[in-house]
Amino acid sequence: MSTFLGMPYAPRGVGHLRGDRPFPAAARAALADTQLRRNLGKATRTIRAKRAAVVAELPDWEELRAAGQAIKRHTLAHLDHYLEQLERQVTAHGGTVHWARDATEANRIVTGLVRDTGATDVVKVKSIVTDEIGLNEALAGAGITARETDLAELIVQLGHDRPSHILVPAIHRNRAEIREIFLREMGDVDPGLTDTPAALTEAARRHLRRRFLSARVGISGANFAVAETGTLCVVESEGNGRMCLTLPDTLITVMGIEKVIPAWRDLEVFLQLLPRSSTGERMNPYTSMWTGVTPGDGPQRFHLVLLDNGRTAALADPAGRQALHCIRCSACLNVCPVYERTGGHAYGSVYPGPIGAVLSPQLTGVEDNASLPYASSLCGACYDACPVRIDIPALLVHLRARHVEEAARDRPVPGAEAVAMAAASWVMASPARYAAAQRAGRSGRVLRRGGRIRWLPPPLSAWTAARDAPAPPAQTFREWWRREHGDPDGTAG
Amino acid sequence: MRIALFVTCLADGLFPQVGQATVRLLERLGHEVTFPQAQTCCGQMHTNTGYLREALPLVRRYVDVFEGCGLIVVPSGSCTGSVRHQHAMVARRFGDEALARRAEKVAARTYELSELLVDVLGVEDVGAYYPHRVTYHPTCHSLRLLRAGDRPLRLLRNVAGIDLVELPDAEVCCGFGGTFAIKNGAVSTAMLADKMRSVLATGAEVCTAGDSSCLMHIGGGLSRLNAGTATVHLAEILASTQDAR
Repeated sequence: MSTFLGMPYAPRGVGHLRGDRPFPAAARAALADTQLRRNLGKATRTIRAKRAAVVAELPDWEELRAAGQAIKRHTLAHLDHYLEQLERQVTAHGGTVHWARDATEANRIVTGLVRDTGATDVVKVKSIVTDEIGLNEALAGAGITARETDLAELIVQLGHDRPSHILVPAIHRNRAEIREIFLREMGDVDPGLTDTPAALTEAARRHLRRRFLSARVGISGANFAVAETGTLCVVESEGNGRMCLTLPDTLITVMGIEKVIPAWRDLEVFLQLLPRSSTGERMNPYTSMWTGVTPGDGPQRFHLVLLDNGRTAALADPAGRQALHCIRCSACLNVCPVYERTGGHAYGSVYPGPIGAVLSPQLTGVEDNASLPYASSLCGACYDACPVRIDIPALLVHLRARHVEEAARDRPVPGAEAVAMAAASWVMASPARYAAAQRAGRSGRVLRRGGRIRWLPPPLSAWTAARDAPAPPAQTFREWWRREHGDPDGTAG
Repeated sequence: MRIALFVTCLADGLFPQVGQATVRLLERLGHEVTFPQAQTCCGQMHTNTGYLREALPLVRRYVDVFEGCGLIVVPSGSCTGSVRHQHAMVARRFGDEALARRAEKVAARTYELSELLVDVLGVEDVGAYYPHRVTYHPTCHSLRLLRAGDRPLRLLRNVAGIDLVELPDAEVCCGFGGTFAIKNGAVSTAMLADKMRSVLATGAEVCTAGDSSCLMHIGGGLSRLNAGTATVHLAEILASTQDAR
């Protein structure tokens, strides 16, 4: 595996950052799923409208976005400093900090910590990073059952499924499907369960309550970690997080190293940006913060696992590193016309949608997620929605360029596309060659039927499979111009 | 005013009527249009597909050809966006700071057609006549790269005889995306299906936009379905008059 400036990528064979097939193939399967299309269209449209309404309320939204971007940029430029400060503060307040270079190390650390408690069950707060490293599978391998407590994560876990959205992991399911999953998998559920949201939530509540009260170990991710005080922060909507963070005796938090922020006051910016961008709420219902251990109150053992897993490699790319600004709000997914039609599974990574298309390839190396930077029409809706102003379209182009450069370096013989692109560049670099190519292209007129072309050879057949192509005109614009105006400056070649 | 036309490779080779309409419109408004014949392509397809090294000679050509021109007009939001937001980036990626600075200067004088008309020439009523039911698709790069806003609509609202109808979900991408339409043909088509549904719901005879590329995509879909709705570039509508259409 090649690396960017020598920094290690997230290792293969562990976790969920790589799909088993390229995006276009996975997308075709998703597009054919009419139920999925309907669920996604309805859900994203609803969230988009809610977000737009609450964002429009704030006169200083653009200033908030700029502030969020500036804080993240500053933090990443001094990441070593803030991580060490965080470690000192957490340690000073009775917590233990562990450094994990990758998924394998993080899983080993967490598994060891749970084993030390003697527990065979853990309750989990919704966390993408633990899904990124495949923690549940690692724990299961050690005989430990991880129980998801977020409603959507519970639906996904009970359905033996994968999350398909950062914020709403079961967005691809509707309530009829959820009812079926609960009846099949919950065991202790009322067989007369209906598919009303209240009934489904109540069933989950009863199911989960027993887990909370008996759990000895809780596992969470983190939305933010304040370096100056050593305070961890989790925001959520359901209250299950608060249960997991306060009831068990041992709390283990796994956090990507990019989640640190310098100061308490920085939360003022992010706690405005995040809920409005993600759930379309002015404020999220539950914001839990804790600093180390408080004797006699809450977990008496706290472990913080700081995870790299390819983040330093992303940080080493001056253009690519802004993907690490992401606060996982998922606004870019909800506005993305590609995501809305394919859903998250097609991306093959726990980070789907536009941000996933720029983050996953940087964590794994572009080679391992080579189709993702192309999974966008570059429409730019994601950039406008991003609360920390990540220029996702520019990043997608940058990663395409990295992919092309790496392929050119690693392949002795250039591929068909590279040859075609080089040829087109050579032709268009000269007006004479370009005019000659236009004349040659006119032979395409033999394919026209009634002024349109209905079939073209591969790879252009991907166009004519569903769309007519225009027939080349009898004369090009420049031919018309010369006929009308001559060639006064003699530059036609 | 003397205005140089960058016609774009797509309009040059496949939609010459768009370039002709741009010339006719600007001349009718009393301006002199030049066409530097050494021009070829802005390189956007190369850049957006990741072939920046191959885009570099095209960036250099654009700068060489148009550096001596005052105002430059482009009948495409997307190509204008590439000139404005990508040319200097491509030059810098290969360490050519001098070219990047020259590219920035030329880009600052490069305008998409509706920007040129409204912002530079200060005209919103171009004296056009177009007696058809029309809906306008604001292309992604006009909308979100150039922030062209409602300039095209302001121009269209002043066209005599036009029956302008609003396009539902107008700001959603049509699914073209350059080589995206080939590499991710299935997703591109799914996006196109929704765009066509919106266009057809308006009952318009004509769907217009400021980009030949997006119109080629939408028009290719409508034509395949024999849907009875045509695609016509904004320049063609603005160039139409009562005397000659």
